Amino acid sequence: MTPATTTETDVPTGLEPGGTDQPPDEPAGPVVGTRRERREDPALLTGEARFTDDLQIPGALHLAVVRSPFAHARITRVDVSPALAMPGVVAAFTGEDLQGEWAAPMPCAWPVTEDMKSPPHLPLAVGKTCYAGDGVAVVLAESNEAARDAIDAVDVEYEPLPAVTDLAAAISDEVVIHEDLGTNTSYRWELHLDDDAVERAFADAAHVVRERYIQQRLLPMAMEPRACAAVPQPFGGDITLYSATQIPHILKIMTAVTLGFPEHQLRVVAPSVGGGFGSKLNVYAEELLVTALARKLHQPIRWVEERTENALGTIHGRGQIQDIELAADADGRVTAVRVDLTADMGAYLQLVTPGIPLLGAFLYCGVYDVPAFSFGCTGVFTTMTPTDAYRGAGRPEATYAIERAMDALADEVGVDPAEIRRRNYIGADRFPYTAVTGLVYDSGNYEAAAAKALDLAGYDDLRAEQQRRRAEGGPKHLGIGISSYFEMCGLAPSRVLASLNYSAGGWEAATVRMLPTGKVQVVTGATPHGQGHETSWSMIVADKLGVPPDDVDVLHSDTALSPLGMDTYGSRSLVVGGVAIDMACDRVVDKARRIAAHQLEAAAEDLEFRGGEFSVRGSPDRSVPLAAIAFAAFTAHDLPDGEEPNLEAHVTYDPPNFSWPFGTHVCVVEVDEETGGVEVRKYVAVDDCGNQINPLIVEGQVHGGIVQGLAQALFEGVVYDADGNLVTSNLTDYLVPSAPDVPSLTLDHTVTPSPTNALGVKGIGEAGTIGSTPAVMNAIVDALRPLGVDEVLMPASPLNVWNAIQRAQSRPDPERTTTSATAGDTNADAGGAS
Amino acid sequence: MIPAPFDYARAGSAEEALSLLTEHGEDAKLLAGGHSLLPLMKLRLAQPSVLIDVGRLRDLSYIRDAGDHIAVGALTRHHDLETSDLLETEAPILKHAAGEVGDPQVRHRGTIGGSLAHADPASDLPAVVLALKGTLVARSPSGEREIRADEFFTGFLESALAPDELLTEIRIPKVAGLGWSFQKFNRRAQDWAIVGVAAVVDGERTGVGLVNMGSTPIRAAAVEAAVAGGASAEEAAQRAVDDAEPQADLNASVEYRTHLAKVLVRRALEEARA
Ligand SMILES: Cc1cc2nc3c(=O)[nH]c(=O)nc-3n(C[C@H](O)[C@H](O)[C@H](O)COP(=O)(O)OP(=O)(O)OC[C@H]3O[C@@H](n4cnc5c(N)ncnc54)[C@H](O)[C@@H]3O)c2cc1C
Repeated sequence: MTPATTTETDVPTGLEPGGTDQPPDEPAGPVVGTRRERREDPALLTGEARFTDDLQIPGALHLAVVRSPFAHARITRVDVSPALAMPGVVAAFTGEDLQGEWAAPMPCAWPVTEDMKSPPHLPLAVGKTCYAGDGVAVVLAESNEAARDAIDAVDVEYEPLPAVTDLAAAISDEVVIHEDLGTNTSYRWELHLDDDAVERAFADAAHVVRERYIQQRLLPMAMEPRACAAVPQPFGGDITLYSATQIPHILKIMTAVTLGFPEHQLRVVAPSVGGGFGSKLNVYAEELLVTALARKLHQPIRWVEERTENALGTIHGRGQIQDIELAADADGRVTAVRVDLTADMGAYLQLVTPGIPLLGAFLYCGVYDVPAFSFGCTGVFTTMTPTDAYRGAGRPEATYAIERAMDALADEVGVDPAEIRRRNYIGADRFPYTAVTGLVYDSGNYEAAAAKALDLAGYDDLRAEQQRRRAEGGPKHLGIGISSYFEMCGLAPSRVLASLNYSAGGWEAATVRMLPTGKVQVVTGATPHGQGHETSWSMIVADKLGVPPDDVDVLHSDTALSPLGMDTYGSRSLVVGGVAIDMACDRVVDKARRIAAHQLEAAAEDLEFRGGEFSVRGSPDRSVPLAAIAFAAFTAHDLPDGEEPNLEAHVTYDPPNFSWPFGTHVCVVEVDEETGGVEVRKYVAVDDCGNQINPLIVEGQVHGGIVQGLAQALFEGVVYDADGNLVTSNLTDYLVPSAPDVPSLTLDHTVTPSPTNALGVKGIGEAGTIGSTPAVMNAIVDALRPLGVDEVLMPASPLNVWNAIQRAQSRPDPERTTTSATAGDTNADAGGAS
Repeated sequence: MIPAPFDYARAGSAEEALSLLTEHGEDAKLLAGGHSLLPLMKLRLAQPSVLIDVGRLRDLSYIRDAGDHIAVGALTRHHDLETSDLLETEAPILKHAAGEVGDPQVRHRGTIGGSLAHADPASDLPAVVLALKGTLVARSPSGEREIRADEFFTGFLESALAPDELLTEIRIPKVAGLGWSFQKFNRRAQDWAIVGVAAVVDGERTGVGLVNMGSTPIRAAAVEAAVAGGASAEEAAQRAVDDAEPQADLNASVEYRTHLAKVLVRRALEEARA
């Protein structure tokens, strides 16, 4: 198979093409842009890779956490003594016992407003538990089995209080969860640009649509559950914390602060990490507990999560009620967008909980030329597991709302959904485009990507088939859904983060070092957990330095090896970390050029660097390979005056802008009116992430991303019962789709390089998730519009689809109104959740 | 996810299994494919103190032509049912339904005997054996007895088996050439049915079994009677829940499950007659 622009692959397989494209010998030309197999995969596939729980740690005690079975309760007594009597148990502690270990509560790094309310959050609850799964005590034992057996013996007396699982109930403050705060509202964040303009647009509008969408909570469900181990070093008091984390660098700082532990004596290592999707972008109680107890007991302490614990104790994603209004002129050109969100924080604020809706705030105008916009978000506490970043973090929610609303507008105006979009796209000639929010979109050609996707899907034929079948009647309905997305990734310009009150910067660090034998060592602060950084970084370096990619080693994920880094999330690694690598290569070449000039007795400006060799322009026989320069820099016998020995460069790069990938997805479904069953018949995605370093990796990211977004649309949804018990706490009840449940994906792309970085790249890690959910839901609603359906709750399970049809058919007035759905309804539709 | 402690004994023969059962009494549980029992143990919803492993009793794993019926050993794996040529001609619905159970891993471990003995209303094979009007053979130290499928399922996860009994064989009447249909409606390929319908249409001897429509696998006697009386598929389907007690769960409300059962019974009868 040649590197075709269109490939149709069954998902998720991940492993097929590539290999055949890759010649057995190193290719002569550039490697960037080729479908190179991932160098990470052999170890992962053969089981050689070591995950945190695989580590052999002699003498480690196993930690198990006693978790509250109540959503909301006062803890009146905790007695660990029965557990201490169990075989193999070494120690047990209550929340109160460990209170002295914490120099600060668990961190929230994003106080979005000056007056944001945040309850103190300790690794083990004291006095009160605020969600089912909140830790109240720990047991340490000689084996994991013994520790798990013993937690059942810990005697905890609870005085149950009413659960708060409904956002409207939370806002009413009828039951205040954190009494000291006096309210369940954590914050109100508003973006006022020109309120008068918004008002005027709605007053003058020929068409207005008002929609309410529910973003159900999701479980991130990384394949590898969380795990951590803290190992005190034999002398000197240092501690090494191993963790299945996306963020060893941030974790190191936050652990030091929370424990009052000297940061320079803490080393954090992320061994192989089996996926995160944002759920490992956090500072968790267990990481703090193992470290505090290792410090306290001078013994290694380890912990690994069970799947149900993962559902209870690892952050959840999404959880919003979205109210969106569009004003449009007679032709359906959008004149204003007004958005108001209620965001479910869960019981406490984790690392970036309150900021998640804000990451979406700037995307609610979508890929459209919208002159007026206002946005507000209320963050509220509930007695459920805290929410936080989940693949896309705020941007899938925003894209969902605007893309669903565009379909509603098309229906209102009476034009085709493809046409309403064409009338509103920001034209390709408008880039860089300064949006009404003040943000500058780097580059784009939205209409071209859309045209390609519609063409690949056979859009016109599908509409004709739909018309024909609607006339014929029958229980199966054809639906076609479009989603034109863009997104804001590559987190992030530090100054923009400052304006959002985020407590850190968005730079990334890179070191490129030539070793004496001509091999290359790269150190990156972007910490991979499945993305293939080693492969991509080695490709960038190979082309820049003219070495084979296999001669490039990439070091990462260990704060002792790569002391500086901001880690991996927000589709930032390539756009920030990869660009830093590229810049460091330039600096290596600059220094090498000075040394080469010295050796060749030529002026540096007269040297060309090509294929790993410096030569004097015009006299190609006067040349020296980079490897020789590296050796010369190492021996330092003959360097230009003032030149330091060794050949390496360190770069810390702060991006000037976000990157703005985009694309159009088209989903085609068949909906069975009798059963409510939805079958995805076709799925087409045309994505544009600028230049592609490795199209094989890009495709893998797009595949996985689409499936995760499709999962939100069709399968996944967290259900709590009225008492605040998590009902979907295992993989039988929480439906993660597997290979037979997802359609073949037809992928293609356009290439609109980003002008803001030298590689011309944009992020692609989350784009699939962002683009897909609204495409699927638009298709389902499109199928059912003839039945009067204008809203189906996610996930569009057969039950929710059937309920939507029943609701539509019992509604006297078929006119579009604000849908009456609420978050409570989602649960009710899920069967009342027993 | 870690079961409570238990002892383990592997039976080398059916006789040994029976004597171990007698020895350990109520605390013991037979272990066949383990794909229903072990998940319950991991959730600590079942805490047997002894497991008696019958999983390797090869002499209870067979599919044989026994003259007027097909004899299926209780330890026969779903995968063996799914690939049986004999079933293909004599009881194709059983072959087909076995191929719809879980995923390949489950089908290579799970057994028909375990599926029936577990008496899970959500399992596929009990409804199929009901529709086929099969007979189950149970052996105890005091001998062997036959139990009709429609008398086997006595309550939620409860069967007519006595604690000292081992299910050894399932007898399936030959239904070569008869119309049949197995309708399994689920959300993911690997899932249990939200509702399932097994139908073997043969005039007065029509058999219809329902999956996940009550606390036991259910025989839809009212549908069978309607078909025997000459009702259309549509008419017979209106009787789908007469013998059922549909419950609400994450995937269905009572109303939806009732509706779905009617749709699937109609489709099953239509397909079986086509
Ligand atoms: C992921 C997954 C998906 C599944 N999906 C489906 C599905 O879609 N449809 C479906 O029908 N099933 C499904 N199953 C269940 C599967 O079919 C089981 O294999 C079957 O229900 C039980 O068979 P077993 O041999 O594994 O029994 P075991 O788990 O070993 O035993 C089950 C019970 O039966 C008893 N028992 C077993 N054999 C005998 C015997 N010979 N005599 C007396 N008592 C006995 C045991 O003591 C135990 O109480 C699924 C299971 C899993 C894990």
